[in-house]
Amino acid sequence: MEIKREALPQEMDFRSRQLMSRDMLRGTLEDEDLERFAEQAVMTTTLDRAVAWAQGNSIYPMTFGLACCAIEMMSIVAARVDIARFGFEAFRASPRQADLLILSGRVSTKMAPVIRRIYDQMLEPKFAISMGACCSSTGVFNNYALVPSDKFMPIDVHVPGCPPRPEALAHGILKLRDKIQHHDREGWRERYDAVGTEEVIPGA
Amino acid sequence: MPDAAGLEVIAEELRGADPSAVLGTTFDRGRAEIQIDPSKNIEVIEQLRERGFNFLASLHGVDYYPQEPRLGVVYELLDMTEVDRISLKARVSIEDPRIASVTSIWPGSDFPERECFDMFGVVFEGHPDLRRILMPEDFEGFPQRRDFPIGGEPILFTYNETDHYGKDR
Amino acid sequence: MSALGDYRKREESISYSVESAGMGETHELLSLNIGPHHPATHGVLRLIATLEGEVVRDIKPIIGYVHTGIEKTAEQKSYWKAIPVVERMDYLSYYFNAMAYCGAVETLLGLQIPPRAQYLRVIHLELNRIMSHLVWLGTSALDLGAMSMFWYCFRERETILDLFEMSSGQRMHTRYIQIGGVFEDIPPGFAAKLQKFVDGMPARADQYADLLEKNQILLSRLRDSCILDEQTLLGLNVTGPLLRAAGNPWDLRKAAPYSSYDHFDFKIPVGSVGDNYDRYRVRHAELYESTKIIDQALKGLPEGPTIADDRKVVLPPRHELATSMEALIHHFKLVTEGFRVPEGEAYYPIESPRGELGCFVRSDGSAKPARVHMRDPSFVNLQSTAPMVKDSYIADLIATLAMVDPVLGGVDR
Repeated sequence: MEIKREALPQEMDFRSRQLMSRDMLRGTLEDEDLERFAEQAVMTTTLDRAVAWAQGNSIYPMTFGLACCAIEMMSIVAARVDIARFGFEAFRASPRQADLLILSGRVSTKMAPVIRRIYDQMLEPKFAISMGACCSSTGVFNNYALVPSDKFMPIDVHVPGCPPRPEALAHGILKLRDKIQHHDREGWRERYDAVGTEEVIPGA
Repeated sequence: MPDAAGLEVIAEELRGADPSAVLGTTFDRGRAEIQIDPSKNIEVIEQLRERGFNFLASLHGVDYYPQEPRLGVVYELLDMTEVDRISLKARVSIEDPRIASVTSIWPGSDFPERECFDMFGVVFEGHPDLRRILMPEDFEGFPQRRDFPIGGEPILFTYNETDHYGKDR
Repeated sequence: MSALGDYRKREESISYSVESAGMGETHELLSLNIGPHHPATHGVLRLIATLEGEVVRDIKPIIGYVHTGIEKTAEQKSYWKAIPVVERMDYLSYYFNAMAYCGAVETLLGLQIPPRAQYLRVIHLELNRIMSHLVWLGTSALDLGAMSMFWYCFRERETILDLFEMSSGQRMHTRYIQIGGVFEDIPPGFAAKLQKFVDGMPARADQYADLLEKNQILLSRLRDSCILDEQTLLGLNVTGPLLRAAGNPWDLRKAAPYSSYDHFDFKIPVGSVGDNYDRYRVRHAELYESTKIIDQALKGLPEGPTIADDRKVVLPPRHELATSMEALIHHFKLVTEGFRVPEGEAYYPIESPRGELGCFVRSDGSAKPARVHMRDPSFVNLQSTAPMVKDSYIADLIATLAMVDPVLGGVDR
């Protein structure tokens, strides 16, 4: 019985990549297939990936407690659910020094421009977590006074709950960390025109 | 709370001083209430203060839509030595919602009167700084009136996001 | 060592003249905006401070940054469904918000609450009071620089939240207090865990006192700073620990007892001077008193139903829905339309951790309340910060804000 070997197609769909990895593991990958495999592997372990790993492990959240969710956010700094084990305990008060804005609590129409201004004052790369039902949608209160945070700023992760358990918020933060480290965030900010919004004082 | 008889005694005293001040009394489920003429609220409050009700527990507005006069200002007074509560209600109309401010008697009624102005539109004459307190300064309308709509926004999901905003506008 | 010697010589060689500043000299007044986002405020409070040098001459609080329209939203919901909305007002004392609202509606309905429900309400209210004081203590110490208090206070807070989760399934905003009583009876194991907590709490409170009392910086920041006398406080309609720190023993749990508070033996801590240190001590002493109340309530917990049995108002127990047609119809009507309350108005005041929390409910005969107003203590107490901090330093302003304990959810509603 003759086993026919075919050259793998140039465009790498999932099945082709799977077969390639299988062959690599068996030791039967040869010549140009092996070269292409090596190219790919090297491309994904570039400096970008290392930088993203470092960024994901050293997020500085900003102290931004608005309402009830702020108390549960304080709980994740406390001892039971301790985000210091991930390296995120350095809460910074100044937006210029922080890179994660955890919006915890209901956003009223009076507060929305303030939050937008603070988000603009943060420097790239920056992320935002909308914690709780009130800022993701308006939660319990769909009325004249509240604004869902999606309407005025780009949010990376929404954490549901009213208020979310500290474990839920920690899960959300870890999901954000995965997002940062594996480049899942690429492209969505561009699609939504959510880049280039920094507030930089000219001449300062 | 003063019982029904005690309430009537107080009302008689108030009527004795000024017959047109008291418009009526209600004693319902343990709550004693005197409806007063809004233009005489300071005098009535001063009299009650002499009687011992010298702590203002709460000052708030109510909208009695569709009954006229629509807006009511309720003063909950407390007598700390006897542990007695009494309520005063002054009803003003929508067209002319003015009432005298009690900030000269209790400086702590500053914020509650501003809130009543912000939410219902009741103008307190003599208030040092009558501005909006809870809503943004340039908000139009008085939110807690019964004919003000509840408002609210449609929530953004992925299926309806391009209805409101998105790259392909 | 010679570097140190040089430094000392340089220090001593500096000559300076002391200028007396203050009254009589005109200095420039600076308006400084503090907030709404600031690490040392308890929520989104914005202050415009008018400063002369570092002395505060006036502050103007600007609030409204978490205004949620709770009172208007509660008018859109039926009486039962408004409880979760009203609970989220003063977000550290959610049982108290629900208690005030349910108390007002029960007054309007004329409902009698069974004794077991009253005792369970007292237990949860006092647990919530302890929890609120713990959060206050932790965050205030954080503001004042004694940072390790935060972790110790939140350790106790986690135990209390575990207890809340056992009895109602939620850590915060639990909807445990319902119209007519409480949601459900306490599960087995709750009493044992609560007893263990109560036995250990006084020792923990002693630990907090030990941590802070020897901290000279904290003591000198708090002692004799921002004193306000009792008459001014009464004119400002202030109640709660602020008034008690100034010497007036006004506490609604003793003066006008509600929900079986008169069955328990506890004291009211009262201060004498009215400075920040007294405010801190009053709240700290209330931790012990609340623990005593919970202990007595747990030991004397009567048997019986945990909610009133008026089927027109209270949901029937679930097992009856399978057998009784009437129960099914009641359940349907209560969940879809809700019960109707006879016309009238009621004001129900209770003693929350910050002062007198009152709920005014007006009903017009329909299934939805026509007006719900929460008289929040922080809203009124915030007016007292301006006279308190006049002519003291900015650091005293931060300490006073911490000791006044405003919760901006209640202030803005």
